[in-house]
Amino acid sequence: MSRDSGLSALHAHSVDAAWAAYDRVQAGPEGLNAFLAIDRDARTAAPDGPLAGVPVAIKDNLATLRLPTTCGSRMLEGYVSPFEATAVRRLREAGAVVIGKTNMDEFAMGSSNENSAYGPVRNPLDPTRVPGGSSGGSAAAVAAGVVRVALGSETGGSVRQPAAFCGIVGIKPTYGRVSRYGLVAYASSLDNVGVFGSTVAEAALGLEIIAGHDRFDATSADVPVSSLVPTRESISGASPLAGLVVGVPREYFPDSLDADIAARCRRALDHLRSLGAEVREVSLPSTDLAIPVYYIIAPAEASSNLARYDGVRFGQRAAAEDLGPMYERTRSRGFGAEVKRRILLGTYVLSAGYYDAYYKRAQAVRAVIAQEFRAVFASGVDLLFTPTAPTPAFRLGEVSDPYAMYLSDIYTVTANLAGIPAMSQPIGRVRGMPVGGQFLAPAFAEARMIQAAAALERSLGSEAQQ
Amino acid sequence: MSVTPEDVRHVARLARLGLDEAELPPLVDQLNGILGHMDVLQQVHVPDTIGDWRQPAASAGDSQGHPKRRDDALPPDQLAREREAFAPAMRDGFFLVPRLATHGALGASSERDA
Repeated sequence: MSRDSGLSALHAHSVDAAWAAYDRVQAGPEGLNAFLAIDRDARTAAPDGPLAGVPVAIKDNLATLRLPTTCGSRMLEGYVSPFEATAVRRLREAGAVVIGKTNMDEFAMGSSNENSAYGPVRNPLDPTRVPGGSSGGSAAAVAAGVVRVALGSETGGSVRQPAAFCGIVGIKPTYGRVSRYGLVAYASSLDNVGVFGSTVAEAALGLEIIAGHDRFDATSADVPVSSLVPTRESISGASPLAGLVVGVPREYFPDSLDADIAARCRRALDHLRSLGAEVREVSLPSTDLAIPVYYIIAPAEASSNLARYDGVRFGQRAAAEDLGPMYERTRSRGFGAEVKRRILLGTYVLSAGYYDAYYKRAQAVRAVIAQEFRAVFASGVDLLFTPTAPTPAFRLGEVSDPYAMYLSDIYTVTANLAGIPAMSQPIGRVRGMPVGGQFLAPAFAEARMIQAAAALERSLGSEAQQ
Repeated sequence: MSVTPEDVRHVARLARLGLDEAELPPLVDQLNGILGHMDVLQQVHVPDTIGDWRQPAASAGDSQGHPKRRDDALPPDQLAREREAFAPAMRDGFFLVPRLATHGALGASSERDA
């Protein structure tokens, strides 16, 4: 069948092959440190399912029954959930074999995976460089060939940016498309479960399986899930994208953008034109406000969500004579520097006297950003195309200023603020490292976005690695 | 608006986050650096009619945009293991947690607590 023709490599990748790759890349001084826990006894639960026997890896902030869920934090060291995330359950019920939990920035707060309490993940393409974050372990596990499909989570680009840094595909679905039951909360109005794949079709299959309404998540949308894996017919032929209008927002291509990244994007746009798409320049004027808005709203919600780690209900507990000091000592010892910084920032912008100036203002500007996307899509634009990140993967330790690190999310946070789907795919290399191209789509238009990405992937061929 | 060391102490107390005095100066600098970039939002004109960030179809609501309500019934228990299997200790269906010294005078029964 044409649908399965793009999935043969996925079905050929056995659990034994996964362990052989794992043993080659995980440990040692140059090891990736991509996994925090593994399950060598895991077996398929559905031998006839669409993912029967396919090894998958799960970011360590999604609850699993057989393995701990630490969120990359000392706070949850050794914590084993008594329930399972819906996305993980759906993968297992489709036959997938959960071989391990992947390393991540602590509580998903980071863009380089250097904030894990269990050490940084290395980029499989250059171990001196970061894999991106916060889902860096899942991205590295796919890029290194341990698995071909992995789950991550997105609050501001934590699937797409590591996908771009590691040269693989990463999809962030529409807010509400995938249940977040069992996803440890960071910023609830922004969090999504996302999927990594070695190819567009593989990531699409993973998303198709985990998508759909779930009564255990009140924010999951009751919108039917269509087939997301593109058929060969839909991406081949002379002009498979005829009639598609692709918008290119000028604010994502400033003069300061790395010239080589801009050149790879222009080449990808030439391919889209040759596939029949009309490419049109558009404007999203509030793009430069997205980082300030995001880094008010996300820490504010995080400061509330992370209040539950108090030494009583979860994980670590420090000894103290009284309740207040027990809370403070537990949280001081359990959280790392970036998590503390965001809790303090979030508490500050929510505190009396500052709420209106920061949090309420950020919410209003967020609505402006979302409205600009709606207006562009209403003007006849079907998809948007941009770079995924402003730079290729940087070196471990290279970015130390917190705000400079936040800026690596500049092209990804907008989709989270607007609640729309977006994905990254490899479109070439710059100075030896992969570059990601990003599609953004209207809410629930994942199928359209994935079809265009698959056609571009096929058209680029080996150029995606050059 | 500039963040002072006292501001950081105040929000750390609100957040129940213990901080050493040595941690304060870099945190004050970092928070001021980050918040300095946020001041741009004060200059933005936001129309009164801007509404909500949510995409209309992205809500879990009905066609009028009202939140969809589920049946007023408890969902089935999703726990894969009995509570006793992961609770440090239980009594009469309640979790027992380590006793704090200041609660010692609350009653003789607490002497039996874990």
